[in-house]
Parts: sequence; C-alpha cells; structure tokens
Amino acid sequence: MLEFVNFYLIPGIVLGSIYALGAIGVSLIFGILRFAHFAHGDMMTLGAYVALPLVVGLGFTVYAALPVAMAGVVLMAILIDRLFYRPLRDRPTIIVLVASFGVALMLRAAIQFAWGPHSHVYEKGFRKPIVVEGLRIAERHIWIVLLSVALVVALHLFLTRTKTGKAMRALSDDPDLARITGINTERIVAWTWVLGGGLAGAAGVFLGMDTQITTLIGWNMLLPVFAAAILGGIGKPYGAIAGGLVIGIAEELSAYPWIGTTPLLDPTYKSAVAFAIMVAMLLWRPSGLFKGRVY
Amino acid sequence: MADLATFLAYPVSLLTIGGIYAVMCLGLNVQWGFTGLFNAGIAGFFAVGAYTSAILTTPAHPDYLGGFALPVPVGLVAAMLTSGVVAVFIGWLTLTLRSDYLAIATIGIAEILRLIVKNEDWLTNGPRGIPGIPRPFEGLSPFQNNLAFLLLVLAIVAVIYVAMQRGLNSPWGRVMRAIRENELSARAAGKNIMARRLEAFVLGSMIMGLGGALMAHSIRFIGPEATEPLLVTFLVWVMLIAGGSGNNRGAILGPMLIWAIWSLTELVTRQLPSDWALRSAYIRVFLIGLALQIILQRFSRGILAERPPEPVPLDDADREGPGKGGSVG
Amino acid sequence: MTAALLRASGVYGGYGGADILNGVDLAVNGDEIVVIIGPNGAGKSTAMKAVFGLVRIREGAVAWDGRDITNLSPDRVARLGLAYVPQERNVFPNLTVHENLEMGAYIRSGDISEQLARVYEVFPPLRDKRRQAAGLLSGGQRQMVAMGRAMMLDPRLLLLDEPTAGLAPAFVEQIFERIVEINRAGIAILMVEQNARHALALADRGYVLVNGQNSFTDTGPNLLANREVAEAFLGG
Repeated sequence: MLEFVNFYLIPGIVLGSIYALGAIGVSLIFGILRFAHFAHGDMMTLGAYVALPLVVGLGFTVYAALPVAMAGVVLMAILIDRLFYRPLRDRPTIIVLVASFGVALMLRAAIQFAWGPHSHVYEKGFRKPIVVEGLRIAERHIWIVLLSVALVVALHLFLTRTKTGKAMRALSDDPDLARITGINTERIVAWTWVLGGGLAGAAGVFLGMDTQITTLIGWNMLLPVFAAAILGGIGKPYGAIAGGLVIGIAEELSAYPWIGTTPLLDPTYKSAVAFAIMVAMLLWRPSGLFKGRVY
Repeated sequence: MADLATFLAYPVSLLTIGGIYAVMCLGLNVQWGFTGLFNAGIAGFFAVGAYTSAILTTPAHPDYLGGFALPVPVGLVAAMLTSGVVAVFIGWLTLTLRSDYLAIATIGIAEILRLIVKNEDWLTNGPRGIPGIPRPFEGLSPFQNNLAFLLLVLAIVAVIYVAMQRGLNSPWGRVMRAIRENELSARAAGKNIMARRLEAFVLGSMIMGLGGALMAHSIRFIGPEATEPLLVTFLVWVMLIAGGSGNNRGAILGPMLIWAIWSLTELVTRQLPSDWALRSAYIRVFLIGLALQIILQRFSRGILAERPPEPVPLDDADREGPGKGGSVG
Repeated sequence: MTAALLRASGVYGGYGGADILNGVDLAVNGDEIVVIIGPNGAGKSTAMKAVFGLVRIREGAVAWDGRDITNLSPDRVARLGLAYVPQERNVFPNLTVHENLEMGAYIRSGDISEQLARVYEVFPPLRDKRRQAAGLLSGGQRQMVAMGRAMMLDPRLLLLDEPTAGLAPAFVEQIFERIVEINRAGIAILMVEQNARHALALADRGYVLVNGQNSFTDTGPNLLANREVAEAFLGG
C-alpha cells in the first residue's frame, strides 16, 4: 500500500499538477481565441530553459528563478501573439492553429540554437526524500504541488474578483455580447497570454525539477495537456484542473502492477493512456466532464 | 555515361524525394485544400505506410516481423490500406466535432505510432530500424535504377494528380468545397457531411501512406527518426501552403521547391564546422517556420492560388485561407 | 419636428451583399417609448442594430443628440449613452447575475453601487438571485438581467430587441411594466416587439416597417385604431 502511494500515487499527483497548469492555459486560450494552441508545449519548454542559466549559472534557487521564467514566457507569449496570431484574427481560427504549429517549431529551434541539444538538470545529485511513517515524499514534489495550488488559487481569485478576470470570463462566454458591452477584446487577449504563458512557464520549470530538461519536454506534454483540457471540457479552466489531475494520476497508475507483478502497461506507453482517455471522452461525452461546450 | 551519371545523381535524388513529398502534399490537399480538415499527424500515416511496405517486402530477419518478401507493388497497396484503416478510426472519432479536435487526435495517434515504432522491436526492430528494403527494377545498374525509380514516383504523382483533378471537378469535389466553405448550407442542402469528410480524410491518409512506403523503398531503410514530426508533418504542411492549398498543381510545385531549398541549404551548412553545422540546422528549421508565418499572413493563397471552377460570390475576395471557419461569433 | 435625441434618416444597409434596410427613417425624443412593429423579415431588428453600429450602414445617417454616429463601433456608441439589449444571448450565462451587471458597467470606472441599487430596485427578483449563474435563470429573469445590465451605464436611450419574445404571459406583463417604469425615470425606449398590440398600447409613437421601409408612422393609439394596420399587422 505504501509502495503504491510512494511510487505511483504521489508522482501521479505531481505530474497531474503540472498537466493542470498547462491545460488551464490551453483552455483559457481556447475560450478567448477559439483555437487549440499547438505551441503551448514549447512555451513550457521555454520556461524550463529560461530558469536554467539562472539556476546553473547564477546560483539562484529554482524557486527564485520561477517568477523570472514565468515572466519570460509571458513576454514571449505576448510577442508571439502580436507577431503571428494577431494578424490572423479575422481569418478562420484553424489558420491560427496552423500558425501556432509553426510557432511551436520556431520556439523549439530557437531553444535548441541557444542551449544546444543536450539534456540538463537544475540540480545534480540526489536529495534524500522526507520519510514519515514509511511515506516517502521528495521535497521538490511537495513544493511543486503547493506552488501549483497557490497558482491555481491566484488564478481563481483573478477570474472571480477582478474586473479584468470577469471580463475574460464574459468574453469567453459570449464574444458578441462582450463587444456590445464595450469590453476591449485585445486587452483581454493580452491578459489571456499573461495567464496562459505564466502558467506554462511554471509548468515547464516544475517539469524540469521533476525530470531532465530536454528540448522536447514541452512537446511531449502537448498530448496529455490537450487530453486534460478536453477531459475537463475545453474552454473551462476549472475543468482543466480536474482533467490534468486525472490524466497525470492515470498515467502513473497505469504502470502499477495491478495484475501479477509486472507493470500493467509498459511505462514507455504512458502517453497512450492520455490518448485513450481522450478518445473515450470524445466518444462518451465530447463536452467534457463538466459540461464544457463542444465547438 | 559514368560522368553523366555522377552529374545527374544529385538532381535525380532531389526530384525523387521531392516527388514523394508531392505525393504526400496531394494527400494533404484532399484533406485540407478540398475539405478543410486539419491533419497534424501526417508523420503517423507516413510511418504506417512506410513500415507496412517495409515489413511485407523485406526478406526474413530473426529480430523483427518479416520474411514475406512480397513484390513492391503489393507493399504499396498494403501501405495504403493500413493507413486507410487508421484514418477510418481517427476520422470516425473526431470528424463530427470541430476541426481542432481532429488536429489534436491526429497528433495523438502520430505520437503513439512513433512510440510503437520505437519500442516494439519484434515488429519494427525498434531504434535500429529496418534496412535492406527492396526497390523495384533491382536488375538495373544503380544509376538506371535510380532513374527508373524516379520515373515510377513521377508516374504515381501524375496518376494521383489526374485523379484529383477529375475528383475536384466532379460533383464529389463540388460537395467537398461546399462543405469547406459553408457547412451549414451544405448540411441544409442535405449533403451527408460526415460521410463526405470521412471519405476525404481516409483518401488523403491513404495517399500519405503511399508516400511513406515510397520513401522507405527510395532510401531502402526506415527508422524512427524518419517519422519525426518535424521532417514529415511540418515540411509537408509548409510545402502545401507555399504551393497553394486547394490547387493540385500547387501541391506538386510547393514540395519540389521547398525540398530543393531544404536540401540545397543542407548542402551548404554541411560544409560548416560540425558545431556550426548543428546550429545552422536549427536556424534552418526556424526559418522554415518563419516562412510559414509570412506565407500565412502575406501570401495566403500560395504560389498557385486555388482556381475555383465556378463563379464565386463577390464577398469571396476577403476570404482567403481555406478551412472551416471557427465559431468566432 | 423638434431635434430628436436619436434620428436615423434614409438608412440603407444589411449583412454582406444584400440590403435589408431600404431607406428607413426613425426618430426617438428624449422621454418617449417608441415601438417598431412589422412582419417577419421586415428589418426591425436590423434597423436597431444599424443604429448601434452592429450592421453596416451603406447609405443614410444616424444622428445622436445632433452628432453623427453613422457606423460608429458598438463600444463607442455605448459610451455615448445608448444601451442595446439583444433578443437572444443577452446575458453571460456562466457569470453570476451580479457579475453580469458589473460587466454592464465595464467601460465606466469608479463606484457603481448606486447603479446596482437602482437595478435591484427596478428588478427586485434579481437581488435574491445575484449569486446565481445567469444561465440558470428563467427566461423572464434573464431578460431582467439583460435590461439591468444595459441600465448600468445610465443610458439616455435603451434599445430593446423583442424583450418579451418567448416569455410566459405572466412575465410579459411584468417586463412591460418594468419598461414603463424605466421610461418614467427619464430613459427613452426604442423597442422591437412581436406583441404589437400590447406594445403599441404603451408606446408614445410607433413605426410599422415592411420590406425595410417605413410603412406607417403615428402615435401608438392612432396606429392601434388604424384599420389597415390592425388588419395587416395586429391580427385583425
């Protein structure tokens, strides 16, 4: 039982928190701009790499580098929107999706150019996990989950307490009515990138803390993050949180030896779990667990 | 003759690979250009086709499935069939939904196929790949063989082109475009949209599978790197959009041109010191991505714009890209 | 006629290629209730949208308080003191009633408690429901939210597109009462209505539009008494 918690459930929650942060961004962007943002994974990669020189070169702690990484991704997200997405606003949204696909590759190429193809880590060596009554938790895992919760709470407060946050929800609800009401769409779009980009940056740093940093970590997150967003009902940031946790935990638990002594599913096929859940969801209830909209 | 062969070797290989990309672009054109379906998993269909034909046509090997040693044409047909089966599954799942779901599902299936290719050694020989894939016309000298293979590829491109042109101008093609332009009115006119879109998606994917198989036979080897999303999915997209989506001649011209630029720049960067060669490879990818953005924003019709076979309404002038409009309103 | 608060003259326009409005004239004075009636497809809603900048005007002009506002964008029009309530999709379903009202005041900064209090005063049922998502309310309550949202900017003119469409009879009565009450507070009303008899009974003036053109223009009571209008548009 303890082994199950230590090696499957806890990593699942950690991974799920990271997916949730990515999926919230995908969902928000979809809600406001109505396209699936294919460069979201590579924005996460960017977050991990922005923090890297601060931690490895300047000796920052990862936690001190986190806000810098988030800010860096926010700036890049707003720049990308201005250069590549805004000129296409009046075109069918699928064209913007094509553009974001191209942005994904440009981002990755730029990161590979700047940092090279090798993998990196924030911290070398092994830190002893905290052990309480047989329960083993790595300190970084506690931080990842706590900080994710803090970010989600901050997001919730922003969306429900601030005028801009409410306007963002209003725009996502009904763009025409928002226009009649006088809501400035471009301002809200910029805020969407602040939130989506910031959360993607944080997700990237957390992912880097948990595993190795490679130029593909973000791209590999894209499928589970989209699956989480669909599971939660695309366009619904709160659903995305639940979706992220479900996918993350399901991926880790799929490797548990439920039957016999070998993993139920070879861990190399983890991302197939996300895909299978997504397929099941599209068949059973495309609007997502929480009655999101089907577009 | 030997000199001529050396001289022509590079252009022949350039045209051959360009032609194979043209096959895939014609496949994507059925999906995106005619019908507005976004396929982000071209690499997946490419891999299915390439591995199907490779496994069926190679001699027996102790490490992985094979030993059928069937003739190449059988491999090509089988490649189309297996790609078609995968497409039926994905299409049936997502084609009733908004095009974004199709994009996500195709990228998902491509990722899973890539995992299978990489990890199922018994089937695909894993990371080592499948070598020694035969070509047709094996009796000829290497140069003659290359030339014959090029002619085969060009013949296939020509056959697909003629078939597509006929299809585009047939009632079937008109229904497809009607669906792409305005789903609601097409639906109101009683056209069975789901079935038509599935047809287009499956047909396009089968052609992509054929492209994958041709590539495997062309380079006589298939490994997981060849199914990297960048090289296949992204290049094919850029090629089609540059050539002019919706236009079959654009779907041939685009890949030839982009492939020429891609290979010739590689020829240049290969001369650089190894550290710079690696870096310049990234710059190349970046520039291709940038080129896509510029084409989308400034030259959205591509080099050869789609030529509508019937008069279009006046307000068509400001509608530029193909594809189903999202629910912007 | 004296200088009207709102005057549309000779307006032609529509969506895409074809015109729906073929020279519509409208005028609303500062304290009036004005009703537009007419058969389906006559361009009633389109005329109202054209005033608010939601439909492109190809020819003709709209003047507000003596100032030209032809083809001004909706958010600019809203800042001038006109508020528009669409017929459908007129609330943000996932926002609470309270948040919907706050969004109504989006373009104004500063304290809005006075406006909120007034809306809750005019529509008491909303006060109890203010923490509920607007999408979960009944049709009549949603219409109240929509009108309340429009009132948050202290408009001088309220444009209502079929405010009673699809409502239960009890609610129809209530909404009309509220409209009269809002008008008594000094807000002019221009509305499109299917409940033509009922609307004309409380209107100062009415317009009958047919095929995007003015067909009859008169006071509410006169239009009700007009046999031709009654036979053609009021169901005999």
